Amino acid sequence: MFSRAYKFAVSLPPIAWVLLFMLLPYALLFLYSFWTVTPAQQIAHQWNLQNYAELVRVPVYMEVLFRSIRIAATVTLLALLLAFPLAYYVSFYAGARKELLYQLVIVPLWVSYLVRAYAWKTILGSDGVLNTLLQYLHITKQPQAFLLYSPFAVVLTLTHIYTPFAFLPIYAAMEHIPRRLVEASHDLGASPMQTFWRVIVPLTIPGVIAGATFSFVLSLGDFLAPLLVGGPSGIMISNIVVSLFGAAYNWPLGAAISACMMVLVVGLLFATERLEKRWRVA
Amino acid sequence: MSSTIETKARGLAGYAGLVFAFLYLPIIALIVYSFNGGGVGGFPPRNLTFDWYRQLWLDSALWDSVVNSLIVALCAMVISIGIGLPTALALDRVSFPGKAIFRRLVLLPLILPGIITGLSLLMMVVLVGLKLSLLTVIVGHGTALIAVATTEIFAGLQKADRAQEEASLDLGANYWQTFWRVTLPNLKLPIIGSALLIFTLSMDEIAVSFFLIGRDNTLPLEIWSRLRRGMTPEINAVSTIIFTFSLAMIVLWYRLRTRSGEDVSDLVSAATEEIL
Repeated sequence: MFSRAYKFAVSLPPIAWVLLFMLLPYALLFLYSFWTVTPAQQIAHQWNLQNYAELVRVPVYMEVLFRSIRIAATVTLLALLLAFPLAYYVSFYAGARKELLYQLVIVPLWVSYLVRAYAWKTILGSDGVLNTLLQYLHITKQPQAFLLYSPFAVVLTLTHIYTPFAFLPIYAAMEHIPRRLVEASHDLGASPMQTFWRVIVPLTIPGVIAGATFSFVLSLGDFLAPLLVGGPSGIMISNIVVSLFGAAYNWPLGAAISACMMVLVVGLLFATERLEKRWRVA
Repeated sequence: MSSTIETKARGLAGYAGLVFAFLYLPIIALIVYSFNGGGVGGFPPRNLTFDWYRQLWLDSALWDSVVNSLIVALCAMVISIGIGLPTALALDRVSFPGKAIFRRLVLLPLILPGIITGLSLLMMVVLVGLKLSLLTVIVGHGTALIAVATTEIFAGLQKADRAQEEASLDLGANYWQTFWRVTLPNLKLPIIGSALLIFTLSMDEIAVSFFLIGRDNTLPLEIWSRLRRGMTPEINAVSTIIFTFSLAMIVLWYRLRTRSGEDVSDLVSAATEEIL
């Protein structure tokens, strides 16, 4: 029903924008990763694999990359452990308060990232809220230093930030479970436990996969929380990229790390998509 | 039998309460300490005061950054919707080679860490020889947030009745008239809704801005640069205001949605299905 002119008019501007401001920049990222920096701090447009070789050769890059993956995996696991029971409660047990509780989980999602990360800094610091509270209650005598500037602080902060991200798709999946199925399971003599494990959990898996992907990918690429609360031992891969693009001036190497991250992310998206499709019952 | 179910429900409710405490206590602490005369830490809070808010009021550098953020957010809103609306229309009703890739590319910033979007745009800015300024930040936000506009408007299109447009065309209106008088009014709520979201997200954006900012700071970056010099309750105060502001936007957005009779979880699942 739509004419050719109409189709051109609606598709050309977006395609042009996407080519210019997304595809081209992403391509540049990959291009840069094959260039090098000369000793005179010039970027030499010579094709080579030096940057990738360096990533494998210098232990610190791999170390930080694995630490970031570890942190992101921990955050994902914790976020799921918090979000799944919460979603289950809100979807199946909250009754009249369902809408309100749902909104209460949504609100932190849209409330400033910076505000939430900063809040943890004020709580975990050596004269922060938590340490002074513990001393006030005579639980500890002096400030506990491990609280701030540690991988622990990064995990805690990121879990706080990404739990709502994990919650949303899980909750959406649960809401889409026809309640008739649950009733049928009861009627056919399944115990509540059996219904939970055999009906609710399998039908929620696609949501869990989506939620896990969100929290893993977003926390893997985070560089602000580690800067705020991580300290030297809480540094993540993106912090290295930031320094390579700043003081340590080596854009090509930074681009190589970003390119790896991008491949990792896109690869993960494809993998989870297939996984999710397999679990999605028609 | 029924008592075990009840214990289970009570246990779940308790667990949910703990999760809510985890989500909200930090924000509450932040707000409480914005009124604390004695600084950011120290328990219990003492010397309740509005001094930090008063100081905020007189802080001209901060207000400049607020103005910058407002400019960026408004322009980003125009770009994201200006591109997101035709994108949604194209995804809904045009088929062209590479459409699947196009869709994935558009939606990628929803899930791609901001650092990658920011960096790759920075490289292009340098390549073209542009100077970093608010304009580059605007392009960055606009591009990253097209995905938000697209998912919302696309979901609206899927629900809208295409027969209305068909009728308009059959009755002799041209495409332009049909767009203005039928298509657009039908999409009013998703457009306003996504505009509010984009505005809120842009006001708060930091990862993309981090790389594209010139001399004029946006509000989050101004706060960020102050954080490196040390924490003061003034930052708690400004955070409290931002929190209140985002809350107001969310309530507004939510009321719009419920008025349109749309289930929010539908939208979210639509978005996740789009991405994955």
